[in-house]
Amino acid sequence: MTETKNHKPIREPLFHLAKRDNLPRHKALLIRLAAILVGMLIVCLFGLLIVGWDPFRIISTIFDGTFGTPNRRWDLFEKTAILLCISLAVTPAFRMRFWNIGAEGQTLIACLASVTCMLKIGDKVPNPVLLLIMVTASIIAGAVWAIIPAVFKAFWNTNETLFTLMMNYIATQITAYYVYIWSVPKGSGHIGIINANTKAGWLVSIGDYPYLLNILIVIVMTIVSYIYLNHCKHGYEISVVGESEKTARYIGINVKVVILRTMAISGAICGLAGFLIVAGADHTIIAGSVGGQGFTAIMVSWLAKFNPIAMAFFAFLIAFLGKGAKEITTLTGLDSSFADIVTGFVIFCIIGCEFFINFTIKFRKKEALPGAEAAKAEPVSENTEEQKDAVPETEEKNEEAIPDNDGKEGSEQ
Amino acid sequence: MSEQTASSATAATPNVSGSPVPAIELRNITKTFGEVIANQGINLSVYRGEILSILGENGSGKTTLMNMISGIYFPDSGHIFIDGEEVLIRSPKDAFRYKIGMIHQHFKLIDVFTATENIVLGLNDGRYDLPAYEERVREICGRYGFVLDPKKKIYDMSVSEKQTVEIIKVLYRGADILILDEPTAVLTPQETDRLFDVLRRMRDDGKAIIIITHKLHEVMALSDKVAVLCKGRYIGTVVTKETNEAKLTEMMVGEKVDLNIHRSEPKNPVPRLIVKGLNCKNEDGIAVLKNISFTAQSGEILGIAGIAGSGQRELLESIAGLQRLESGEITYMNPSTEKEENLRNKSPRQIRELGVRLSFVPEDRLGMGLVGNMGIIDNMMLRSYESGRGFFLNRTAPASLADQIISDLQVVTPNAKTPVRRLSGGNVQKVLVGREIASAPTVLMVAYPVRGLDINSSFTIYRLLNEQKEKGVSIIFVGEDLDVLIELCDRILVLSSGSISGIVDPRVTPEGMTLKEQIGLLMTKKVDETAADTAADSSEKPAVADSAAVQTEITPASENGGKEAPNDGNQES
Repeated sequence: MTETKNHKPIREPLFHLAKRDNLPRHKALLIRLAAILVGMLIVCLFGLLIVGWDPFRIISTIFDGTFGTPNRRWDLFEKTAILLCISLAVTPAFRMRFWNIGAEGQTLIACLASVTCMLKIGDKVPNPVLLLIMVTASIIAGAVWAIIPAVFKAFWNTNETLFTLMMNYIATQITAYYVYIWSVPKGSGHIGIINANTKAGWLVSIGDYPYLLNILIVIVMTIVSYIYLNHCKHGYEISVVGESEKTARYIGINVKVVILRTMAISGAICGLAGFLIVAGADHTIIAGSVGGQGFTAIMVSWLAKFNPIAMAFFAFLIAFLGKGAKEITTLTGLDSSFADIVTGFVIFCIIGCEFFINFTIKFRKKEALPGAEAAKAEPVSENTEEQKDAVPETEEKNEEAIPDNDGKEGSEQ
Repeated sequence: MSEQTASSATAATPNVSGSPVPAIELRNITKTFGEVIANQGINLSVYRGEILSILGENGSGKTTLMNMISGIYFPDSGHIFIDGEEVLIRSPKDAFRYKIGMIHQHFKLIDVFTATENIVLGLNDGRYDLPAYEERVREICGRYGFVLDPKKKIYDMSVSEKQTVEIIKVLYRGADILILDEPTAVLTPQETDRLFDVLRRMRDDGKAIIIITHKLHEVMALSDKVAVLCKGRYIGTVVTKETNEAKLTEMMVGEKVDLNIHRSEPKNPVPRLIVKGLNCKNEDGIAVLKNISFTAQSGEILGIAGIAGSGQRELLESIAGLQRLESGEITYMNPSTEKEENLRNKSPRQIRELGVRLSFVPEDRLGMGLVGNMGIIDNMMLRSYESGRGFFLNRTAPASLADQIISDLQVVTPNAKTPVRRLSGGNVQKVLVGREIASAPTVLMVAYPVRGLDINSSFTIYRLLNEQKEKGVSIIFVGEDLDVLIELCDRILVLSSGSISGIVDPRVTPEGMTLKEQIGLLMTKKVDETAADTAADSSEKPAVADSAAVQTEITPASENGGKEAPNDGNQES
């Protein structure tokens, strides 16, 4: 503010921010698309610096790695499906503001349940029955793993984030233990492909497409989730409990029941994902079978703002980037974290662009009028004239819609 | 009371023309949020030694304007002058530098710190000399007549004390332009008077004070000038002494408004709800309701008055089945079956289905009864979503109910799906109260339905309540504005720390004092368990006589400016 004291012309700050509401959907979508493009641009620059490839080669390698051969395509869609399935699993809990970060463990314990069935009763029952037993066991395992923290949350209000996180470690250790016990040859630490000859407990493939059943199941789950969350009484109760527990109690919703039920569903879908991983793709288990997807799913769910349909897109995007970047690392012999960095850049841009959806930047008008005298002489600047034109229609609509507490919602400077 | 304040205003002649340049002046300030124009072409000036009220309905842009002065927002266009020099206020820090201090509606204090620690928080003078700070706080208190123990922890404080801390915080930083955003919304009438005394003293000390409010009588009692905003536009500034409440309302609303609340005589009232010997403890095991007994009748509005937190919420929640009771009976006379129903062994849902409805507007307006991120349709559904058979939601009925409420109550909203948190306070409350009324209740309990509402919206709510009353609904109305309670209700039950300290007939003025004073005294009256029995069970007469006696004791003290002292003692003992 020394300017003021020296009687220098007073200038507005170079720019300031203003909150904007009601950005039309297509515009918001455009901003997000632009963000992805910017993200890709950064990836290209990064590639140029690290690998020394030109942008065209980087992009084409990413596409080649994901769509280059039928196998790669199927693999991409299978990865998308599993990630999407786990994302769908965490979503009901998130809508309830129950921060279930235990999807990793819930899925892994379900994998273990499936594998146990394959190993122990694989040769004793016909394949369809075995698959049925596997899927039931997986779903129950996932649900139980999720209900334990839910019980503690509902009855003793423990912190669900820590609890579910710790459950992950327990699941990992239990799995590691059994992988050691069951390893072939004993003590090697690898179970290897289970029932490779009999294919007992392997999900049947439709025609020549190995992962098609996986993918179809997840598509159905996506639609069911969407309907459950948006058009069912349960979904409505979940939203109310999530938004305001007080309100929920006021209207007579049994909050405890909703928490338990929703977490059971959350865990059950994780269980399904675990079954799909084992029966539909891996046919074995290691302690890292889920490979961090339980955490990636949290990001997918958030990016999609808990909308199952949008989740399909984001799951695909992340699977695509991860797999595409992996191709670059294979070709160049880089560390696999290159793939994570690439994904990180794009995600960062997508999250960052929310800022431009919520705020608009107003730059200093070109001819800032210096001093008080000028202000008196010419009180209406260009900008206000523009606004005046807009006044008649907007005013009628919004005269009372100004939030009274806008001061607390977002401080601008 | 208003006479008193008027005389003191004349005693300290406001410095309307004494100072040549205004302490702060706004010229042509405009601010928009997206498409919403919050402020357009606002002009304001405040001189030192002057209190300016900013008056306007909900959503008229009062708070936005003040946030621009205090550096939270930056105006889209327009100029701000301090002592005649143009300035830019880009952040709250800039505002501090220009000695502007804002006291927000919601306090920003750290609970486990003492008053002094909160006051000096963030001031870095290189050392931490607490006794010296405390001395300085005491000095400020003495200078302006604040009552505050600098060593008291925030969590031990009443709302009014916390507000005091906030005010001293800005004074400590040397602010001489003070902005108070609806400071009286959380205060009892007595506390309000005390605050006004302090503000007057600060004005006489040469400070420029801006106070945001929509309570007309406060504007008239306190301010020297009034600036009126209407729908984001600047209407004009008038000198308080040259105007009156009707004129101000007209400026604020844009049309003439009848400021009288209609009250009809109850038509053949019959007991609808009989409450006997209610006792209730809160989570900490402290008794919050003590031996509450009363009868609510059909076709009447039973008002409940009391200092915030005297058991109003617990009482209503007990009736709605949301509180665990220690003892007591709640009997409901079902008008359709003419049977007595015991509400104590029913679930909240069953009680609701009997027609006993509760609409509670909490401080944040949304917390109970509405879901902020949902649209009006989904909020309508809160009450009815279970009714349809099957697994799926039926949104048709709630949608038509939403449309009906929007058109009947003139809810201003882009559409029925807009999240209600985006609506202004008045519209939110219309949605809340409208939904309960639409369910054709037999007992309607409303708590603070006009909390923070402007005049027009408030009167809409009163009209709705009166309509229900004439339909024979028994209404229990918990309010904070005594003037309204007195005008609207057929009987007023006064709660004092969980006990009934009296039931007053607002049509009868007691001897020797105004009705408002009588209720104010009952609100702070200490009731011992046995006295509560008689006050509630027999009649209101003993209570009235008792409080009249207290009143005579107090009157002389009030002349010395310390009129609250006896009451304080009462509260603490």
